[in-house]
Amino acid sequence: MTLQEFNHRYQNLQYRPGAVGWVFKNLLSSPFNILLTFGALYILYLIIPTSLNWLIFDSYWEGESSQDCNFDAACWVFIKARFNTIIYGFYPQEHLWRPNLVLLLLVIGLSFVLIDRFSNKLRLRAGMVMLFAFPFVAFAILHGSLFGVEIFDPIVRTEQWGGLVLTLVLSLGGIVLCFPLGILLALGRQCKTMPVVKYVCIWFIEFWRGVPLITVLFMAAVMLPLLLPEGTEFDKLSRALIGIVLFEAAYIAEVVRGGLQALPKGQYEAADSLNFSYWKQTNLIILPQALKLVIPGIVNTFIALLKDTSLVSIVGMWDLLNSAIGSTRDPNWIGYIIEAYVFAGALYWLLCFSASKYSQRLEKKLSTER
Amino acid sequence: MFSSLKFRQYAIQIFLLLALVIFFLFIANNAEENMAARNMTAGFGFLEEKAGFPILFSPFIEYNAAINSYFDTFLIGFGNTVLVSILGIITATIVGLIFGVARLSQNWLVAKIASVYVEVFRNIPLLLQITFWYFAIMIPLLPSPRQSFTLGGDWFVMNNRGFYVPEVTGDGLSTLLYALLFAFVLIYFFVKWAKKKQAESGTVLPKFWLSLLILIIVPTIAVVFSSGNLELVFPEKGRFAWRGGWVVIPELAALWLALTIYTGTFIAENIRGGILAVSKGQTEAALALGLSRSQTLRLVVIPQALRVIIPPQTSQYLNLTKNSSLAAAVGYPDLVSVFAGTALNQVGRAIEIISMTMLVYLTLSLTISICMNIYNSRMKLRER
Repeated sequence: MTLQEFNHRYQNLQYRPGAVGWVFKNLLSSPFNILLTFGALYILYLIIPTSLNWLIFDSYWEGESSQDCNFDAACWVFIKARFNTIIYGFYPQEHLWRPNLVLLLLVIGLSFVLIDRFSNKLRLRAGMVMLFAFPFVAFAILHGSLFGVEIFDPIVRTEQWGGLVLTLVLSLGGIVLCFPLGILLALGRQCKTMPVVKYVCIWFIEFWRGVPLITVLFMAAVMLPLLLPEGTEFDKLSRALIGIVLFEAAYIAEVVRGGLQALPKGQYEAADSLNFSYWKQTNLIILPQALKLVIPGIVNTFIALLKDTSLVSIVGMWDLLNSAIGSTRDPNWIGYIIEAYVFAGALYWLLCFSASKYSQRLEKKLSTER
Repeated sequence: MFSSLKFRQYAIQIFLLLALVIFFLFIANNAEENMAARNMTAGFGFLEEKAGFPILFSPFIEYNAAINSYFDTFLIGFGNTVLVSILGIITATIVGLIFGVARLSQNWLVAKIASVYVEVFRNIPLLLQITFWYFAIMIPLLPSPRQSFTLGGDWFVMNNRGFYVPEVTGDGLSTLLYALLFAFVLIYFFVKWAKKKQAESGTVLPKFWLSLLILIIVPTIAVVFSSGNLELVFPEKGRFAWRGGWVVIPELAALWLALTIYTGTFIAENIRGGILAVSKGQTEAALALGLSRSQTLRLVVIPQALRVIIPPQTSQYLNLTKNSSLAAAVGYPDLVSVFAGTALNQVGRAIEIISMTMLVYLTLSLTISICMNIYNSRMKLRER
């Protein structure tokens, strides 16, 4: 009898715990474990019924004004009433189809890039489109003009952008813009033949990684106008974006460096032996492999960036967090601050959590492919 | 010659240097022109001027707006940043340790609760959490000083001005601190001696319990036999507010709580990863050698796990220190909030103030990372 036959014949005799067995094994295996289980159950008993009642069962959904709510449970009427402000900021109400169109394009484009049912070639092309063309299209639709050419009728200045849309513009725009800079910095830091280039890159990276983002945003807000020639005007959005890009490029550089270092030395030597020039070697052999290795790291940087964009509310921009909190200062809706935090927090959480799950799945896939 | 690799490399480097020099000259020139146009002067002379604005919380330096200078506000902000960073690092490490171990627990329920905690709180922006604890919880829900919540008489007082506990004071305090320092030195040499003895003769001394004994006995003797006395100052109800005792203002409490909860999730993940990285064979081998469970943990598992844990832990401590600058959102007077906020608004020296602030964070970051690197190299596996 071979092992396979043995397993096949006796697999029904293997001990497989049922529900009761599972409980005894995982929850009640020792006195200490029993104590832990009941302690955990008690904590859950304290937290869950109260929060569920507040959030769902006792909460207020119907109605239009604060008269329809009481303070004893969550007032989702408030979120319904201020929904547009929280999602779109001060974007003109009659032109909301524009941010909606951008969001729709974003979802379609990203699904082409992210879903692995599609062929790699298609995904790569979609990725290129999202990286190089989409930012311009999105700006043209949201703002109404591109490079001074008016495309849509009213021009909506960036000061009017806000809410979730602004948060997405800052984080997606930030990651797209800081990507090339980050790759250049990582390549520069690895450069062994040119010490000047190497040390300039190291200093640049270490400087931005050593300071908090909030000081960078302050710098972009109050110091940048002093350092530029008289008459150069930047809107708030571009200034914040410059700060975010410089800051986040240093982090991307470190992620990419990890990928460059993880490549086996043979890859560099093989490229050298083919007499490839530096850029040919980098573009055709090194970067495609290194970048593939660090996609999870890049997604994690993106998550950090998405969370960090909430800091622009300190320099007075109306991103998702600031719009949600700002809505509670409406005199008709005083006192519904927890609802605003729960809603904004849930949106951030949904975005970050799904991105991190995606990155974890990718990590698993990449580790088995190698 | 022009196409040779060496020449091109030199050309690129010289070009980069030149570009940098020109860039900085350009910026300096612009700054000079812009400041001249706005009637501003450069320089750090303003640091000696009187600040003239109140600061909410200054536990280390007695602050008086009419007397103290901008430089003092800088020092106070710096002290407050260091204070909240150290407090946060301690509590976040404890929370992270508990939840990191709990995620690996045999108990399904405990492991699930721990992973829900980690997944929820690390995916919500820290700023949202800080402002949530402050604006949505502490400000609306804490009672006014008149209706303070007290515990055990005056041992713990809670109201919207802060959380009060009794303060240890008296002239015996410095004696106590010196005695503690002396006890630590004593313990260091004792442990060294005990290890040497173990290596020579194999006698194992109860190092931990004897060290604890030294730590308790030495300061007690010092305080009892010295002339100084120690006393507890309880928070006292005044006409408008509570006075005396140690106080944690709500701004600090919200910041501290949020930093702890947020950074705790990342530390929990580090610790879980570190423990998982020690292969099971190590534990089994140690048990086979006859080490006890606690010895296995102490001598085999933890030292190896620490090697994996320390590098990411360093960057978490650095992140916490940098993230403490979000204090500006709730008005806790840290460096950014006081110096790069209020002081900057008053004197408008953007370049000087922002540079000083950034320099402080750079120094803090570099110091922490150097200390951790030294520690790391001492813990590192010595490969032969």
